[in-house]
Amino acid sequence: MNKEIVYSMNTAYRGEYTIYGYSFGSGEKAACIIGALRGNEYQQLYISSLMSKKLYDLETRGSIVAGKRILLIPSLNYSSMNMGQKYWISDNADLNRAFPGNPEGQAVSRIADAVLSYTDGYAYGIQFASFYMEGQFIPHVRMMETGRQSNSLANLFGMQYVLTAEPRAYDRATLNYNWQMNGTEAFSIYSGATERIDEVSANNAVSAVLRFLTRMGIIRYNCHAGYISTVLDEEELLSIRSDKAGGFFRRLAGPGDEVTRGDIIANIVNPMTGDVKSQIYAPTDGIIFFAEEAPMVYQNSVIFKMIRRLHN
Amino acid sequence: MIETVASADMLIEEVIRVKKNHLEPDMTTGREKRLSIVSGIHGDEVAGQYICYEIIRRIKSEFTKLKGIVDVYPFLNPMGLESRYRDIPVIDIDMNTVFPGSADGTVGEYIAAKVVEDIDGSDICLDVHSSSVYLKEIPQVRVNSDIADDIIEYASRLNTDVVWVHPSSTVMPGSIAYALNDIGVKTMVVESGVALTIDYEYCSQIVEGIFSLMEYMGIWDGCANNTHMPKIAADADVAFVNAESSGIFIPSVKHSGLIKRGGEIGKIVNVLTGSIEEVIKSPRTGVVFSLRSYPIIEEGSLVARVFGGPDE
Repeated sequence: MNKEIVYSMNTAYRGEYTIYGYSFGSGEKAACIIGALRGNEYQQLYISSLMSKKLYDLETRGSIVAGKRILLIPSLNYSSMNMGQKYWISDNADLNRAFPGNPEGQAVSRIADAVLSYTDGYAYGIQFASFYMEGQFIPHVRMMETGRQSNSLANLFGMQYVLTAEPRAYDRATLNYNWQMNGTEAFSIYSGATERIDEVSANNAVSAVLRFLTRMGIIRYNCHAGYISTVLDEEELLSIRSDKAGGFFRRLAGPGDEVTRGDIIANIVNPMTGDVKSQIYAPTDGIIFFAEEAPMVYQNSVIFKMIRRLHN
Repeated sequence: MIETVASADMLIEEVIRVKKNHLEPDMTTGREKRLSIVSGIHGDEVAGQYICYEIIRRIKSEFTKLKGIVDVYPFLNPMGLESRYRDIPVIDIDMNTVFPGSADGTVGEYIAAKVVEDIDGSDICLDVHSSSVYLKEIPQVRVNSDIADDIIEYASRLNTDVVWVHPSSTVMPGSIAYALNDIGVKTMVVESGVALTIDYEYCSQIVEGIFSLMEYMGIWDGCANNTHMPKIAADADVAFVNAESSGIFIPSVKHSGLIKRGGEIGKIVNVLTGSIEEVIKSPRTGVVFSLRSYPIIEEGSLVARVFGGPDE
């Protein structure tokens, strides 16, 4: 393991802020793995820490294939985590909306540019990402339909689902999109949690990446085959909103649960009286893919996304 | 007539309501031009509140001069304005990145979609901003370079000092300006002053400009009282000046003042050692149309923008 400086900058009171990378093996730029970009991405940083330890063990045992180099950057924005902020501490800018960046721009823009330059040429880019909506997912690989994405490669992670999505307006300023534009095959791994540690899904995310690296001939590792992934288009997911009321969100179904049309999957409860203001029904047979996990919800927010059952 | 454009229950008791004041002549033909004015997308930008008040007050006081439709939406992010929070509170997303909005996302996206739906059909839309806490801006119109040819005749009526044709973040994909231009509503962004304060002189200048635009559109039967003829700035006309060190910024120039190439914009000093870390000089001769207002600086912080020909 080699500790490297990806980017370093001067700050007013914290001294030098340095982004570190950890490389394993040497030779061609095979895979780059990036963890937390925001200060609330505890799960993403945790997965990176597990990944680092695992890659170090593999390197020590000689299990990184000769001529292959893996770069792991656990966090681009750990100051925000230190300060309890989600975004860059001095100007509240979102680093994952700053790509491709500008070497002469503001701090997040310089970091984005530096990271993109430093990781240029890697064949595969893997990011442990969080979704802009906070909640729980069935763990999956998410890919943007840039025209350069490879669904068949995404299947090699062996996760249950591969989710493809049209880039939203702001997606064009994300790391994943810009990796793809730069010729790196980019994958975002959603492990199901963000602001809390989910040990099981963290370990599953590490296994998925190790499986992928094994199948791409970058490491030698014995792992089980995982799932034959189901590829879903994000537009196929059925959104269920809290369309009638806001209040306490008493969830009765979670990610991975199979539900039948008409099942009550949540209640919205009046926080003053305890009365049920609204019952949320499953609009069709299917599987819950995403579920809000906040204790309370606004009206007119998406609280579930469902996979419609295709075969009965 | 005051109408609610979008509403959603908050978590407990209160309701988010985005409202507009719809102003139209007593007798209409159905062929009237329509101007929409939106503000308060960023909760820390308050100048637009005064501008909206003044527009409505003046229209009501000389109502017979109104010959077309003016829809004023003063607060698109009412929770942010009340809590002095730039982004959408709780959801913690910059509202000006979620347009055109969606029924399949957060409550912020829901509101964004309702607002776009309501503005659709307007001939012109103005999105009124007042910078951030970091920079003070000269009154200016920002126009996306993609649609500049269609819109510059309207932008130049707005009595600002500058019309900046630039792909800045306020007119980029995800912004309300971009989303509305995409559906055929000619939309411009007005910027002035600094967040958290109202510069009444700048606001009055912009209010005059809006009445001038209304007159040009055939919406207002009055005489334009423009005091400023804007210079049209292309990207190449604007130099960005970023700090290369960290500390406290002490300006040497006045905002909106002239500066010679090589002239001192300010110093960055170290408060602990009493030393000067950097003397920042202007890369060109021109007008300092943006100047740092928040003094804490980190490497990369934008200190000034200077507008002037590159060879002056």
